Amino acid sequence: MTSGSTLAIEATGLAKSYGETRAVAGVDLAVPAGAIYGVLGPNGAGKTTTIRMLATIVPPDAGTARVLGHDVVTEADAVRGLVSLTGQLASVDEELTGRENLVLVGRLLGHRRAAARARADELLEAFGIAGAAGKLVKHYSGGMRRRLDIAASIVVTPQLAFLDEPTTGLDPRSRNQVWEIVRALVAEGTTVLLCTQYLEEADQLADGIVVIDRGRVIAEGTPGQLKASVGNGALHVRLLDPARRPEAARLLESAVGTVTLEPDPAALSAACSDADRAATAVGALGRAGVGLADFSLDQPSLDEVFLSLTGHLAEEPAPATQEAS
Amino acid sequence: MTATAPRTDADTAAVRRAIASTARPPRPGPLATALTFGWRGMLKIKHVPEQLIDVTITPVLFVLMFTYLFGGALAGSTSAYLQYVLPGILVMSVVFTTVYSGVALNTDLTKGVVDRFRSLPIWRPAPLLGALLGDSVRYVLAGTVILVLGVALGYRPEGGAAGALAALALVVVFSFGLSWVYSAVGLVLRSPSAVLNGGFMVLFPLTFLSNVFVDPRTLPGPLRAFVDVNPISVLATATRSLMAGAPDGTAIAVSLAVAAGLAAVFLPVTTRLYRSR
Ligand SMILES: Nc1ncnc2c1ncn2[C@@H]1O[C@H](COP(=O)(O)OP(=O)(O)OP(=O)(O)O)[C@@H](O)[C@H]1O
Ligand SMILES: [Mg+2]
Repeated sequence: MTSGSTLAIEATGLAKSYGETRAVAGVDLAVPAGAIYGVLGPNGAGKTTTIRMLATIVPPDAGTARVLGHDVVTEADAVRGLVSLTGQLASVDEELTGRENLVLVGRLLGHRRAAARARADELLEAFGIAGAAGKLVKHYSGGMRRRLDIAASIVVTPQLAFLDEPTTGLDPRSRNQVWEIVRALVAEGTTVLLCTQYLEEADQLADGIVVIDRGRVIAEGTPGQLKASVGNGALHVRLLDPARRPEAARLLESAVGTVTLEPDPAALSAACSDADRAATAVGALGRAGVGLADFSLDQPSLDEVFLSLTGHLAEEPAPATQEAS
Repeated sequence: MTATAPRTDADTAAVRRAIASTARPPRPGPLATALTFGWRGMLKIKHVPEQLIDVTITPVLFVLMFTYLFGGALAGSTSAYLQYVLPGILVMSVVFTTVYSGVALNTDLTKGVVDRFRSLPIWRPAPLLGALLGDSVRYVLAGTVILVLGVALGYRPEGGAAGALAALALVVVFSFGLSWVYSAVGLVLRSPSAVLNGGFMVLFPLTFLSNVFVDPRTLPGPLRAFVDVNPISVLATATRSLMAGAPDGTAIAVSLAVAAGLAAVFLPVTTRLYRSR
């Protein structure tokens, strides 16, 4: 069907404006099939609008996109038959029960009543919602609602799943469960496009990441490449005795490189991304008898990646694209 | 949570098994899809039956108020006026209920589930058609309340039960056509209260400047001309004729044509609005 193409999504110049707001201002995407692809960006970056164009919910103002080989405008119906959407606002009906939600989707996709019910029960059981199957979704916890939402997206397993901020607002335990489900989806062959504001989430799950800000792609690559493009990691050291810090700083300076003294009077760090040199430096401290409380070698975090790419932190909404409402 | 509560965590192995069964059934037909959305509407009524209060209380108040407050003054006696006004009130209360279809749709649009519907491979007008089919059940309910109350108060349809049912059916079909207009309004306006206010701002004058409450023969010329072409008057005339057991073929045909015309014009408009908002 996709005639040998290994790209699940190919978009060029996608753009969408709402009045004066350029929600998406020319986005190119090349998402390989069979992997998790992360779309990372702060509030208002245009993630949801991008997903909504790719899921054929709103037509783009400009640009083109092919999803699994089908144009999102001229072959929208074919695209809909292959994808599923788990939206940012929970895309389940709060006024129905969990079970009714899944039966509804099953019926809409063409299952007969008995088959729709059987599939609903199978999913409720697998996703740990069976106990609340008869409760109205508005009484669900955030984690249960999210799991139900994803369950509704796999009533018929899609070839490509759009997940828009699937873990926003979840506690770590619920978040881990969602991550496990996403990994299971990909393991069974579904391509996942995952929007997130959490750098850690993209780092944990995604094989490839595109960073968008104010409607534009500002970086693209694997998590490792993005980190490398920002430069060095750091060797962090914390001493037992703060009084030895000047001596430790001298030793680290000569073993690895530029040293930064941290606010904690017993801590210091040195720019370094090579594990062998870090080991040598730690050895030198040990031979000099500088007692260590602990040490670690960090890769740069995606937070730092974001800061260096955009000049502002991920948590700060970009002033030009703040929501009007 | 009790000690025997079922597992509340996802079971990764079971999730993988569920994902692995990828059977995709053949797509359902347009009507089956719309009926599934109608079923969704029924479920909502089942879970929140209080929402029917509007539909039942308002018509009861209308009947009591008009019969006992205005009846004596307008027709000499309450029983004579009840005989005149009841078919009109049937029209009015069911037609008013159509505004709530627009309100419900407007509320629905703020929910994330709409994006799921829009991303499913289904016949595009199905969510709207299904919702309006579901709403028709409310129309039947509102109309039944009026008829039962009217009979309890002494109203007697000369056309008998068959005439009354035919009248109810006509009013419900007309309202289904009109509800497409309010769906469009519900998609254009920003808030549910704007839809409600806007809806009644149009329906109040249309209903009062009709033959629902008074015989238009007493009205001054220009006003009477308006009342005569007002579709609500035509529908009231048709309804009265059916309940009286003397069907007015022209009025019935015009009422049905207006309903069909409204649906034909507003179904595509509404479907496009639903997609683009
Ligand atoms: N339907 C709409 N009407 C008007 N403006 C919109 C609409 N949808 C999005 N916008 C605007 O477009 C911009 C991008 O929004 P979008 O929801 O795509 O961002 P996002 O990256 O998903 O943000 P968040 O992390 O907050 O979900 C924002 O400024 C938003 O206010
Ligand atoms: Mg968003």
